[in-house]
Amino acid sequence: MSDDHKKKEIDELSGVETTGHEWDGLKELNNPLPRWWIWVFIITCVWSFWYFVVYPSWPVPGGATEGTSGYTQYRELAMNQAEITARQEAYLSKFEGASYEQILQDPALYAFASAGGASAFKDNCATCHGAGGIGAKGYPNLNDDDWLWGGALEDIEQTITYGIRADNIESRVSQMPAFGADELLSREDINAVVDYVLTLSGGASKSNVAQGETIFMEQCSACHGEDGKGMRDFGAPNLTDKIWLYGGDKETVFETVYAGRGGLMPAWEGRLDENTIKQLTIYLHELGGGE
Amino acid sequence: MTATTTTEKPNYNDEIVKMFTIATIFWGVVGFAAGVFIASQMVFPDLNIEPWLNFGRLRPLHTSAVIFAFGGNALFATSYFVVQRTCGVRLWSDMLAKFTFWGYQSVIVLAALGYVLGVTQGKEYAEPEWYVDLWLTVVWVAYLLVYLGTVMTRKVSHIYVANWFYLAFIITVAVLHLGNNISIPVELLGAKSYSAPSGVQSAMIQWWYGHNAVGFFLTAGFLGMMYYFVPKQANRPIYSYRLSIVHFWSLIFIYIWAGPHHLHYTALPDWAQTLGMTFSIMLWMPSWGGMINGVMTLSGAWHKLREDPVLQFMIIALAFYGMSTFEGPLMSIRAVNSLSHYTDWTIGHVHSGALGWVGFISFGALYYLVPKLWGRERLYSTKLVSLHLWIATIGIVFYIAAMWVSGIMQGLMWRSYNDMGFLEYSFVETVMAMKPFYTIRVLGGLLYLTGALIMVYNFWKTIRGDVNEKEQQLLSQGAAA
Repeated sequence: MSDDHKKKEIDELSGVETTGHEWDGLKELNNPLPRWWIWVFIITCVWSFWYFVVYPSWPVPGGATEGTSGYTQYRELAMNQAEITARQEAYLSKFEGASYEQILQDPALYAFASAGGASAFKDNCATCHGAGGIGAKGYPNLNDDDWLWGGALEDIEQTITYGIRADNIESRVSQMPAFGADELLSREDINAVVDYVLTLSGGASKSNVAQGETIFMEQCSACHGEDGKGMRDFGAPNLTDKIWLYGGDKETVFETVYAGRGGLMPAWEGRLDENTIKQLTIYLHELGGGE
Repeated sequence: MTATTTTEKPNYNDEIVKMFTIATIFWGVVGFAAGVFIASQMVFPDLNIEPWLNFGRLRPLHTSAVIFAFGGNALFATSYFVVQRTCGVRLWSDMLAKFTFWGYQSVIVLAALGYVLGVTQGKEYAEPEWYVDLWLTVVWVAYLLVYLGTVMTRKVSHIYVANWFYLAFIITVAVLHLGNNISIPVELLGAKSYSAPSGVQSAMIQWWYGHNAVGFFLTAGFLGMMYYFVPKQANRPIYSYRLSIVHFWSLIFIYIWAGPHHLHYTALPDWAQTLGMTFSIMLWMPSWGGMINGVMTLSGAWHKLREDPVLQFMIIALAFYGMSTFEGPLMSIRAVNSLSHYTDWTIGHVHSGALGWVGFISFGALYYLVPKLWGRERLYSTKLVSLHLWIATIGIVFYIAAMWVSGIMQGLMWRSYNDMGFLEYSFVETVMAMKPFYTIRVLGGLLYLTGALIMVYNFWKTIRGDVNEKEQQLLSQGAAA
């Protein structure tokens, strides 16, 4: 150690004394701690001690110090939530008791419902129905005015609340049979009926159309109607409008008739509250040319 | 000047340093490439090759490859180099040192195989299962023995500051590793285990580990590197001995408390969150002490910064170090954290530290080491070092700027309510909004990787002993003038 003191020297470039230690040619200057560094360090410490006093901070037997502010993260959450719900409450008191008719006539309530519906749609429905309700194979496009189960406000509300083929006693249920897989029709018959169905929406007529029409009248017309325009009581699609849920090329329609279809829409009762379902109903009604 | 000191003492074990140096370069390229690939998966989801190469499995492969394989090998290489020279003795045991090399490489390979096969204990930065953990413990104890043995047989009375930091890194990482990996294997012939603590206790221990992996692996360890290679490259004495003492002790005392700031607004009790946050704030100046000591070491020799791209690497590293150790305390503040948490901002923050600080200080050290270890007068090309520096710096700027914008935008979109009290955006809308920034990130990562490949080429030529005629000519002209 005393040797080190003898080795102390003044660094030429900075004029500062070294500590006298040396390792592999490395030396150290004996500069003091930068003043500003000490001060900022002290300030952060003082600030922290103030924070200890104001907020819950140190564990003590039976819990922790509570802090003078009474802060907890749950209280902060409650305050933030209260601020948001207050915004909704300005409308909710009127909205809750209002009928669809009243809402449609009150521009402020209508705007509120529409905004709430749009928000709920993006979080809950867009996963299947796509952003903006554009739809996908097996998931109806909600922008057109083609409704499977009905496009009146009450119909839409019922579909959202109880779902389609969902695990709910009130759910809408129907079944498109698997005509091929269950051996109800031969391949040739299915081909014929598919060719016939395609003519309903303007497809070219083929030689087997008469055979197809006969089969259609026997097997399909009970749900899809003799004119093929569908029946909403069964959620049976209109086959004449060129709007296809699963696809309108021959192969896909064949697959539909052969193996049947039965898409599932969950029941939202119990998952979304009544107000939200009401808002969604109005939003969708507006979106898809409601009836 | 500095080269002569190394050749005068041929007694040092430089073979082991060479091996770790090559491993550092190799794993660096692997880790950066893995990063570019998983960043691309975020833009082009089709690149997820199921199941072995999907994002979920490759993400820990990337983080482990860059932190533990690239960073770890860089720490092994430099610490073995530094401890011998600053203690004036050969490594305490050549055999154990060699064991740490093969042991550590096998840990990396075992861990990587586990990730790809889906074997994980699901703890961030501690994903490997118990069998790898046990093996790493053995290797790490050997590392500690080699290091301590060398320090204890030193020929100088004082222990150089770089060694304090390396030792703090080795010891604390051992404690963290043991503490966070206590688990119970539950299969006779399989790898599955369950963490001994559960619930919020498990989370707290995980982030005590996770945060101090940053603190002691990526900060203390690399500060050790900085304290040797910056004064060496600048050929200047360390700025302040006193600052090094005060910031060392305050850093290691305060860092260990800061972990709970990773668990703001969770089941962790309020008091623990407060402590984690306040200790993070108090950590700001102790962290900056290292930056001040590094940067101020250049005082009186600033002109060297103009000519020497290796020194530029080190100083830019210190600048990124200063930036991310300011950003860290800022993000630990509860109110800021409620915006930044779970967003890309965190990813950007980590990468300004990882790419900027850890990467650049390692590149600087490697550029110093390679010619010395292989007995070359100088690097094959200084111009290529400069090229690497600028390409990589631009890459980092692309990366972190993209993540700042993307992260803050994401946080703001999540919390945005309209004046009727409804959420403004859905989750998928935030993902769509982030996509352009993900593309910019890939570009940033590609630049960084390109820089590293330029370095590899430069080292290849240097080690082979090739001479760059043009630069050689310029140098001799300069000398003649």
